Amino acid sequence: MSNIKKRLSAERRFKFYGQVGVFLSLLFVSLLIIKIFSTGSGAFFRTTIETDIFFDPELMNVDQNSSDKEISRASFEKLADGVIDFNFKNLSEDEFIKIREMYTRRFDYQLRDYFLKNKEVINNTVTLEISASSDLDQIVKGNYPRNVPESQRKINDYQLTILDELTSKEKIGSTFNFWFFTNGDSRDPETAGILGAIMGSLYALMICLVFSFPIGLFASVYLEEFTKPGKMTDLIEVNINNLAAVPSIVFGLLGLGMLIGVFNMPFQVPLVGGLTLGFMTLPTIIIACRSSLRAVPPSIRHGALALGATKVQTTFHHVVPLALPGTLTGTIIGMAQALGETAPLLMVGMVAFVMEIPGGPLDPATGLPSQIYLWSESAERGFIEKTSAGIMLLLLFLIVMNLAAILIRRKVEVKW
Amino acid sequence: MQYLALLLLFAVSYGFFYFGKNRALKIKFSNNARLASLPDYYGYFLVLIVLLPSLLIWFFLLIYKPTFEEMYVMTPTLFPDLANWSDSKLGLILNKITNLSLIVNIPEVDLMKGQLSLLNMSSESEKIAAKNLASFDSIYGWSVVVVFILLPIIIGLLVSRLINQKLNVQPLVEKIIINIIRLSSIIAILITFGIFFSLIFEAIKFFQFVNFMDFFFNTSWNPNRAWVISSAETVDKEVLKDAFGWIPLLTGTLLVGSVAMFVALPLGLASAIYLAEYASPKVRDIAKPIIEILAGIPTVVYGFFAALTLAPMLKQFGDSVGINISAESALAAGLAMGVMIIPFVSSLSDDVIRSVPNPLREGSYALGATKSETIKKVILPAALPGVMGSFLLAISRAIGETMIVVMAASLRANLTFNPLEPATTITTQIVTALIGDVEFTNPKTLVAFALGLTLFVMTLILNVIAVVIVRKYREKYE
Repeated sequence: MSNIKKRLSAERRFKFYGQVGVFLSLLFVSLLIIKIFSTGSGAFFRTTIETDIFFDPELMNVDQNSSDKEISRASFEKLADGVIDFNFKNLSEDEFIKIREMYTRRFDYQLRDYFLKNKEVINNTVTLEISASSDLDQIVKGNYPRNVPESQRKINDYQLTILDELTSKEKIGSTFNFWFFTNGDSRDPETAGILGAIMGSLYALMICLVFSFPIGLFASVYLEEFTKPGKMTDLIEVNINNLAAVPSIVFGLLGLGMLIGVFNMPFQVPLVGGLTLGFMTLPTIIIACRSSLRAVPPSIRHGALALGATKVQTTFHHVVPLALPGTLTGTIIGMAQALGETAPLLMVGMVAFVMEIPGGPLDPATGLPSQIYLWSESAERGFIEKTSAGIMLLLLFLIVMNLAAILIRRKVEVKW
Repeated sequence: MQYLALLLLFAVSYGFFYFGKNRALKIKFSNNARLASLPDYYGYFLVLIVLLPSLLIWFFLLIYKPTFEEMYVMTPTLFPDLANWSDSKLGLILNKITNLSLIVNIPEVDLMKGQLSLLNMSSESEKIAAKNLASFDSIYGWSVVVVFILLPIIIGLLVSRLINQKLNVQPLVEKIIINIIRLSSIIAILITFGIFFSLIFEAIKFFQFVNFMDFFFNTSWNPNRAWVISSAETVDKEVLKDAFGWIPLLTGTLLVGSVAMFVALPLGLASAIYLAEYASPKVRDIAKPIIEILAGIPTVVYGFFAALTLAPMLKQFGDSVGINISAESALAAGLAMGVMIIPFVSSLSDDVIRSVPNPLREGSYALGATKSETIKKVILPAALPGVMGSFLLAISRAIGETMIVVMAASLRANLTFNPLEPATTITTQIVTALIGDVEFTNPKTLVAFALGLTLFVMTLILNVIAVVIVRKYREKYE
């Protein structure tokens, strides 16, 4: 009897181990997602300081008759300094510098952009929400502890008193951070945006798609429809399966050694990054395309051939169109994989500091994952938030792509 | 401009489809004769003839634009001693001219201080070169556009004269198509060859600097010693004797990989067994995709998680119990990597366990075994080759994984088997070697390819063994 008890408790234990395994795996997923979302959500908002601005013509090199071009070339530094004197009276030089540091370094740009749109404000006072510096932003969001000695803080005691004063006057606000979606990279966390990286990834993915989809589809058509089993086919088959398991960094070395080293293609550009990602996704796409071609029943081929169609006609008029939804699903999944790959981008140089938003696949650019890597390596606290927000966007894109693949599979794929 | 050219090219080819088809139809009706092929094929014929060569040329022009740019700007008439310049000087001057080209067409009064001083520092010929560069884009763009209207039209018109009722183009078109798709499948092989040869060639260059034996058997890794090396002829191999020893990287890789497998194997296998044998279909349908999400998360995310959350957490934990855990310990990277690998182990093992035929289970139950006894004594042994295969694939993933270790592991080599100490890996060193200045003449850069080769060979062997094991197993039941 005790033997059975022992066996049953062993049974329960064994089942429990399994449950622990599943539970821990699920725990990791949720931990990861919660951690990323809780640190990243702050990046979508930016702390602002409500500031009265007197557009003093004496501090500006332009007036309301200046052309847009002149205004956009003019310096608004002096006006920005003047604004601080105007808002905080009787400052010593040291205090002035400390207060200037509380505002973003792009203070003058914000003034200029406002003036460009509202030229009539000259000689008038308006109240604007001026962006705070990243360090102030972090302390307002509570990411920096306030109760540590001054030497360990980025924001000193004087700035803290000013901050508290402003807070009590309800001048500290928060707006949606559009800059994150419209700017390129920047040295200052508060103005750094992700658009440049998104465009870089987009161009790279376009190149990747243009390279790997046709070649992958054609290669699988050839392997499935036109070859007889033989040594050559076996070789290609083994090859493709092996390629699928090669680490992505090795593909990066291929991109560097072949495309850049031998063919002399430019460094840092999405074209090379995209081709490298294309090499990497090709095996995935070929495997997906072959299985969907194989799923087309032979009766369709026999029917077409019996009506006198040639092999090429049978394949391209009947088999390939029927297999297309399946190939599309595989391609989207391959593209999603390529979007998340970082190592090949590092190898071909798509990890530089690029401020401009790339206008084509031949402009220097970073990719979305490599931008995340770059920000995560940065020492400034403000970039941690940006990194998580970048990851959130990346995950969002991946989810959308995978959902699209699932939807296509459900809606369009033909069941035989 | 170049994309406009591409669009034009497609438009022209599209036009030629109808041109060829109509021409064939005209011949058919005017001569009242039977055509040798279907009219569409005359259209396809022209499209292929027009499109293929032009596409190749377009791609070539796109990629080598910078080279043409340099040829156009750096002419011997402007810079008479151009032939004697070193590469670095050429690069500097080119850079200066590029900066100059942005401002050279702006009136001087509009320039800012720094821009003015750049302008004043430049020589006359540099200014002319900058002006040329500023106009190059549009000249090049338009000439490409012109080429892509004229070239395809001329080719197309010439070839279309060949069309007559006796010309049977269908076999020709089909032959071209078959060759295109054959070429596509050969590209897959070419990629493998490309990987192999680009790794081998650069690795051979590397071994001109460093002894083969020193690389594989030395235990110290200080690539910075190679800073001063520039040419293979003058290199003193003794200097580099201790610079590139592979052993600490290998042990580091294995250390991080073992930590990862230590996490992934039990968790992955336990979840696979639970999901395959115990879970109700409902639980399975929910839990399996969620676990597989772990495989879809980009590795850079795990790296960030490991470096920012896991490593400080472990260090704090270590401090609280009095153990010194480094902030860049192999443990943090390994744990994150292990989580990443769980789905590889679990979904592959899950498939294998479910493919064990039911009669085996029923036979075991009939003999009075409990479920866990059946799993332990019957199903796992039967599924063992497949499970082993999935383990091997997971190990090869772990060895080749880059971002997690680049972000969370140490950059300094450390010959240790203690997971609490910092360790570096092969992939980390490849990335370190290639970030920054890439010079194909310095062993500091070239070592990346030698390391890549070892990585490629290691993962290849693991994969081949895994595939062989899985294949052998599959034959047993089919």
